[in-house]
Amino acid sequence: MLSKKTKEAFWGPLNINNPVVVQILGICSALAVTVQLKPALVMGISVTIIVALSNVVISLIRKSIPMRIRIIVQLVVVAALVTIVSEVLKAFAYDVAMQLSVYIGLIITNCILMGRLEAFAMTNNVGESLMDGLGNGFGYAWILVVVAFVRELLGSGKILGYQIIPDSWYIANGGLYENCGMMLMPAMALILVGCVIWIHRIANEEKK
Amino acid sequence: MEKFYNLWKKFGKNFEQGGKLEKLSSFYDAFDTFLFTPTTTAKRVGAQIHDGSDSKRTMILVVLALVPAMLFGMFNVGYQHLLATGELVRGALTGILFWKAFGFGLLAVLPLIIVSYVVGLGIEFIVAQVKHEEVAEGFLVTGFIIPLIVPIDTPLWMLAIATAFAVVFAKEVFGGTGYNIFNVALIARAFLFFAYPTHMTGDEPFIRTAGTWGWDGGKTLVDGFTGATPLTQMATTADASFIPADFWTMFNGLIPGSVGETCCWAILLGAILLIATGVASWKTMLAIVGTAGLTAFLVNQYGPETAMANYPWYMHLTTGGLLFGAVFMATDPVTSARTECGKWIYGALIGFMVIVIRVFNPGYPEGMMLAILLGNAFAPLIDWCVVRVNINKRLKRA
Repeated sequence: MLSKKTKEAFWGPLNINNPVVVQILGICSALAVTVQLKPALVMGISVTIIVALSNVVISLIRKSIPMRIRIIVQLVVVAALVTIVSEVLKAFAYDVAMQLSVYIGLIITNCILMGRLEAFAMTNNVGESLMDGLGNGFGYAWILVVVAFVRELLGSGKILGYQIIPDSWYIANGGLYENCGMMLMPAMALILVGCVIWIHRIANEEKK
Repeated sequence: MEKFYNLWKKFGKNFEQGGKLEKLSSFYDAFDTFLFTPTTTAKRVGAQIHDGSDSKRTMILVVLALVPAMLFGMFNVGYQHLLATGELVRGALTGILFWKAFGFGLLAVLPLIIVSYVVGLGIEFIVAQVKHEEVAEGFLVTGFIIPLIVPIDTPLWMLAIATAFAVVFAKEVFGGTGYNIFNVALIARAFLFFAYPTHMTGDEPFIRTAGTWGWDGGKTLVDGFTGATPLTQMATTADASFIPADFWTMFNGLIPGSVGETCCWAILLGAILLIATGVASWKTMLAIVGTAGLTAFLVNQYGPETAMANYPWYMHLTTGGLLFGAVFMATDPVTSARTECGKWIYGALIGFMVIVIRVFNPGYPEGMMLAILLGNAFAPLIDWCVVRVNINKRLKRA
């Protein structure tokens, strides 16, 4: 059904051409929103929607955009989409929107977005651009989810806000376990992303 | 010895190329060079110094220098325990109680040392196997220092995690021994400090009030007992003229604190050995102690009205990890500045920062760990500047 190029546009960013762990883009927000799993999930979905839709829009009008002002046009499209997503989040998921605070607005400056628009949507047709946007969005999202999963589990003993590690394990309650406070700090997020990159490189060593 | 040597070499045949245990040759090699001076040396080309002293011998000297601090640390752990349970009154030490204190401390400290070595060396050996390299000797000292700079009541699994974190992320990812930017033992401590702050600061962890392996536990504590270290007491008190103990108590180290850091004369004994053998730089040590003293003196004169700022400058030097860090950790040849002039600047930076952190940052009563890590971060820059200045000076002369 899908051509090879379209498939490649979708599956590439998920693994061997991942925007976060291979191209090292979008690191800033990846460190900032991964303390808990829920905001990371919301952030991942938001970025996916915005990348996919802005890719589609830019791809549709790519032939009528004057080259000299293309960045401005791209920014206007992205800004409009980010504003819509931000308003929707504030309306239907107010707590998470507050947790994410400026980072939803800062999707505008996310390197992945401008990168995909410039590198892909400006030169490819609508279907491929859509798949490329989805692929990059999910590629970004799954790294966020992995990092946030580890950080929330080891840092607060919870997953999606539910206590996973039994209360009786903690030292305060006579057990032996203690949450690792380092996991709540951005420094540890960077190290965790580094670990993901490490594992990813080992796994893909032969393919390159 | 001769017999053992021959037996050992015979056993070593198994590890040579084509032998049964070839894959594990780096294990054998590590123990071989650790026990005996290696038989092979660098090729005799060019100008080289041929000497039996290699980095393994250097490391052993540092470990030897640490022994007084460790032995005293063991005694002090027991001493503080006996004080807390009321079995001993300060100044009334008898022979039996001395040995009881030492035995108690020995049993309490030994697990820390074992965990640190097993975890750290385990990782070193695994990495050496994976990378097909020789086992590096860098962990000999690190593994000895880590138990000495943590509170006695640090849970062993936390120590294991911190050690593993430090060895992997502060050393191996940079390329192993000799390539690390930050002092590995301090990274382990910093990890503990930031990951489990409630077990690294405050009243609880510095004195073992419970028993060790079930020995001497379950005692009621004396009235008015506090387990806080002198620095914590000063950081939390509202009394601006508060002084936790007199100079000689601080100097002798019979105070709560991390295991090996309390006793000044034990550390100075180690310093004498390190300086006499040329292993550590006296310039770094002197720069740290001198600048810390000077900064503390200035803070005494012009600082704010707090207990920490009014604490006499000569007592600042005897308190906390300042001396231990200056002698054993800041002088680490890998992470400190390498140029002779750079050592003065590097030491001065650390000495200045430690007092600034103590006095002006209420969150961290002890500043030595962060000061040295900051110094480590700046050491390459300091070296670069010193070398550039020297090059420019000589160019002008030419």
